[in-house]
Amino acid sequence: MDNRFESVQSVRDGLKAVNYLADDGIAGVVFLADRLGKPILVEGPAGTGKTQLAKSVAEMIGAKLIRLQCYEGLDESKALYEWNYKKQLLRIQADRNSDAWNDIHDDIFGSEFLLTRPLLEAITSKEPVVLLIDEVDRVEVETEALLLEILSEYQVSIPELGTITATQIPLVFLTSNNTRELSEALKRRCLFLHVDYPQLEREKEIVLTKVPGVTEMLADQIARIVRSIRQIDLKKAPSVSETIDWARTLVLLGISTINAEQAKETLHVLLKYQSDIAKAAKELSDD
Amino acid sequence: MLDLLSGFIIELRNAGLPVSLTENLDAMHAISHIPLEDREAFKYALAATLVKNNAHWRSFETVFEVYFSLRGPEYSISDGDREGSIDDLLKQMQEAQMKGEGNGGAGGMDSLTPEELMNILMNALMNGDQALMRALARQAVQRFAGMEPGRPVGGTYYLYRTLRNLDLDGMLDKLMEASKKEVGGDLTKLEERLEKDEYNDRIEKFKQEVEAEIRRRLVADRGAEAMAKTLRKPLPEDVEFMHASRDEMQNLKKSLQPLTRKLAARLARKRRHGRKGPLDFRSTVRHSLAYGGVPAEPKFKYPRPAKPELIVIADISGSVAAFARFTLMLVYAISNQFSKVRAFVFIDGIDEVTEYFKKTEDISEAIHRINTEADVIWVDGHSDYGHAFEVFWDKYGKEINPKSTVLLLGDARNNYHASQAWVIKEIRQKARHVYWLNPEPRSYWNTGDSIVGEYGTHTDGVYECRNLRQLEAFVEKLA
Repeated sequence: MDNRFESVQSVRDGLKAVNYLADDGIAGVVFLADRLGKPILVEGPAGTGKTQLAKSVAEMIGAKLIRLQCYEGLDESKALYEWNYKKQLLRIQADRNSDAWNDIHDDIFGSEFLLTRPLLEAITSKEPVVLLIDEVDRVEVETEALLLEILSEYQVSIPELGTITATQIPLVFLTSNNTRELSEALKRRCLFLHVDYPQLEREKEIVLTKVPGVTEMLADQIARIVRSIRQIDLKKAPSVSETIDWARTLVLLGISTINAEQAKETLHVLLKYQSDIAKAAKELSDD
Repeated sequence: MLDLLSGFIIELRNAGLPVSLTENLDAMHAISHIPLEDREAFKYALAATLVKNNAHWRSFETVFEVYFSLRGPEYSISDGDREGSIDDLLKQMQEAQMKGEGNGGAGGMDSLTPEELMNILMNALMNGDQALMRALARQAVQRFAGMEPGRPVGGTYYLYRTLRNLDLDGMLDKLMEASKKEVGGDLTKLEERLEKDEYNDRIEKFKQEVEAEIRRRLVADRGAEAMAKTLRKPLPEDVEFMHASRDEMQNLKKSLQPLTRKLAARLARKRRHGRKGPLDFRSTVRHSLAYGGVPAEPKFKYPRPAKPELIVIADISGSVAAFARFTLMLVYAISNQFSKVRAFVFIDGIDEVTEYFKKTEDISEAIHRINTEADVIWVDGHSDYGHAFEVFWDKYGKEINPKSTVLLLGDARNNYHASQAWVIKEIRQKARHVYWLNPEPRSYWNTGDSIVGEYGTHTDGVYECRNLRQLEAFVEKLA
């Protein structure tokens, strides 16, 4: 297998070129995932760029992004493959007059009648692929087992057809919001990456790259205030995407330096609970 | 290298992290792709393959520091040439910074007076200069910690000694003064807060540097294995409520939030995925009308388990307060899994605190109000389970019904008062379940003034709840 990336630094630069600012941890794990041919399990609070990471990596290496959104009740026929019953039925009816049962029998379980779902599509694709399995913690523990074969061997076994092995090893990202503990079996097969709220400097950089028209000084101020707010004991701390929204709001309002009053008025962009807003407003003005 | 890594992994396992054999092999593969000089990348490679739970990150970091702190050029401890290079760096810094004050950095760091050292530190913090801060941390440890090889003292002792001499709290005030001067005039409240956060952050970083330095020196003195053993800390879910330090309590609180989300999701799922019930004849016939009387669509009675009503009665006297607070927080965080939650707290008097939780969305605020406002002292403020139960029975006993589950929290150390265990017996007859949660290790039960056994015979079960893991397991069973 030829490697996609030269070094950790090249991953970092590449991601930067597509407007994703990775820190050492993120870049390092992406690099390793490529070298070891292992999936990455990305975990962290909501809105810290977990899904965006997969998108950005796909953009960086010019691969197609195949996304499997997980939900409760997801099953084999929606994740892996399904037989196209209607087409099979038509095929049988079309051949009604001939007696070649054996022909049909073999025929209707051919790849022509197979509907590929995201996972199968990802490993059979000819072109490079980034597979994103989003919010994997939402499926039941039993369904998780569906993923195991594809994640460790990059193959799918179909009883009627045999085993389909990957033509190329895709980069796989699994994201989790940690609403439940994932099974050991799944974790063992993955590299683990925890994405947390960024450091001050990085958050500032992110605001600068993501929000057009923001001045260096404003970005700095925004990052500081957000860090300050995150230290308060809140129900839901502001995420990176909310920081960006806030920065956009401020730019649109034509604010170049924030004072306490303006901060308070726009807090609802940053925080989503009334009690949080009240608390933060109090902290910002009194302290 | 291989030896070192296996030692490292054994230590991780000792610290309680579940590291499997395949993960071990993955780690070996991973580091073969990483340039070994790059310490950060090396660390992340190990972390990505070995640590699969963010709560374990801190334990990993500590072990990593211990095992690999002595490797890597900038971390070498041999006093020879290192001192030279750092001192050079310092000299440049000093010259740059102190020119104005007419204090041309004479000599290395060793010759500085404490006052000068403090000045440099302040400047470093002011400018957020990482390299200088690291050098200063080193110098501070060398000077103030008074470390002697072979001395059987923990790292915290040295840390305390170093920090005491540096007076970092005073430093914060001074920094604030200085930045005020720099701006010329007063800062607005907001600016002041931001500045303060910034400096706090830097001082925190400096403290970490000092800590790391002390650790490095201790490792050099005692060897990695011995050091790792002394530093071994329980994982957040294994920390005992009764003996948690303030730091550990903070961490516990942090891990409580994701835990409650997990629990709530799991409980809701459990409830929804009930078994299929028997045929609902009425509903089937009703729906068959749409098909001209043919029962084409059989309907079933799905069991709808009622949400339990929860009554929490918690001892909040000193010894078990942390545990009670914690359990209340947990129960209220998932209160939508119960039809009703009522909370009572007692020491020797008892008071209902349900209101505190109702008025505010913020659980920690409610807990705070319990500590300050609840009327729980009757005579002397020593636990008296008997009296508290008796009063509870008189005042609220009527409100217990067959739907309620009663949770009793406490260590049942009754200070040799009358037990009044009959109350529990009465409660059990009226309530659906009565459980007792005891934060003490099982081996301590019924020793001294603990009479958990006497109460326990009247409950449906007494559970040992020493840590988050046990508490979580119990709550899941409950709903």
